[in-house]
Amino acid sequence: MITKRIIPCLDVRDGRVVKGTNFLGLRDVSSPVELAAYYSACGADELVFYDITASSDGRKLFTDILTEVASTVFIPLTVGGGINGVEDFDRVLKCGADKVSVNSGALKNPQLIREAAMKYGDQCVVLSIDAKRVDGSFRVFAKGGRENTGLDLIEWVKKGVSLGAGEVVLNSIDTDGVKGGFDIPMLEAVCESVNVPVIASGGAGNEAHFIELFQKIPKVDAGLAASIFHFGEVKIPDLKQKLAANGITMRMTKEQTC
Amino acid sequence: MLAIVDYGVGNLFSLKSSLKRLGIDALVTGDEKELRRAERIILPGVGAFEDAAKKLRQSGLDVLLKEEAAAGKPLMGICLGMQLLFEKSYEYGEHPGLGLLPGTVKPIAPMIGEGLKVPHIGWNGLIFPEGKKKSPLFRELDEGECVYFVHSYAAVDCEEAVTAKAEYGALLTAAAGKGNVMGTQFHPEKSGDTGLRILKAFAEL
Repeated sequence: MITKRIIPCLDVRDGRVVKGTNFLGLRDVSSPVELAAYYSACGADELVFYDITASSDGRKLFTDILTEVASTVFIPLTVGGGINGVEDFDRVLKCGADKVSVNSGALKNPQLIREAAMKYGDQCVVLSIDAKRVDGSFRVFAKGGRENTGLDLIEWVKKGVSLGAGEVVLNSIDTDGVKGGFDIPMLEAVCESVNVPVIASGGAGNEAHFIELFQKIPKVDAGLAASIFHFGEVKIPDLKQKLAANGITMRMTKEQTC
Repeated sequence: MLAIVDYGVGNLFSLKSSLKRLGIDALVTGDEKELRRAERIILPGVGAFEDAAKKLRQSGLDVLLKEEAAAGKPLMGICLGMQLLFEKSYEYGEHPGLGLLPGTVKPIAPMIGEGLKVPHIGWNGLIFPEGKKKSPLFRELDEGECVYFVHSYAAVDCEEAVTAKAEYGALLTAAAGKGNVMGTQFHPEKSGDTGLRILKAFAEL
């Protein structure tokens, strides 16, 4: 049985993880390399690195760090942020990323999905979408959720998958940061409309929210979160044990060391 | 010395890094002399079967791998590298493989039934076939440990060589082996500590 995945997301700016962390025992809590190793040892099933750097110096720093992470952590790595062309795919894949996530870059140029899928395979292209309810329907937002594109969520996700996206990350702006649980209706709508893995993002505040996610939407493949993991509000080994106890298939590792 | 066959297929960064973590400084090479000198060989691979098989033939590495395998050198294929060890593949046509393992490679879609996604991507638990000796690759593994898969094709008609399966709508071939020739459909270099133990077992064969 394929397992449901638990994915911590790390936002990196100028080579440092932003959003504070309060792990005990880490020498440097904002080092992407140390955090990645920590999460991997905790049983994270995959890691997402999001480059929120604006400068080219910061971008270079990001790829250096990615290389270091990929040479020390041996679980799948997804990279997003600033991916606007096939050359950006090339840049991060060479540094050891396994999948690349596109968001605004694909909204600007949907053919980027096709070009990248043709060159690197569907499994490599992750379509990341920020969506929000506007007048009762789900709309796609660009630029980190600041700009309403007017696109219908379901139409965009179907188009993205038909162009070759092998996985979808759906971030609900409505539930993001509220810690009141994942956006079940929005996720259900997306899971019903495409046949690629869907990763839920936005809204997780505690373990019960992950249980609710996987129980209510059996088709959803993974739950992604950032601050609740970084702040230690939810600990991955405890979370996975709870999920397993609730009948959800999890990858349990022997050598959890966190 | 462990050599990773470099024939222009796939990204070898993670494989080399994970071996390095185990203290093994693997040589990534397509050079015939170096491959002949190596004590063991890993054949990696991502992408399309036909293209990869063609690259092996054009570089003459197909002959080399068959000779080295016949001479008893440990050879491990990973993902597409494992599929290449079989007799043939039906990925977009019909293409001959190295024929080092008995069986053929076919699309998983008709095997797994409707409702399941293709490719089979993610962590899945290993099931060891009953009544068979455990493969030396899994020496340090327990049944049920999860490994990371990304594939749309799998080996079939290879019952005698199967060393592990994974349940995904059907029991798919997850690993196979015959004597010194073996392979994993999944990616040990992306399978966390479990994967490292598999690579270590191969390096110590």
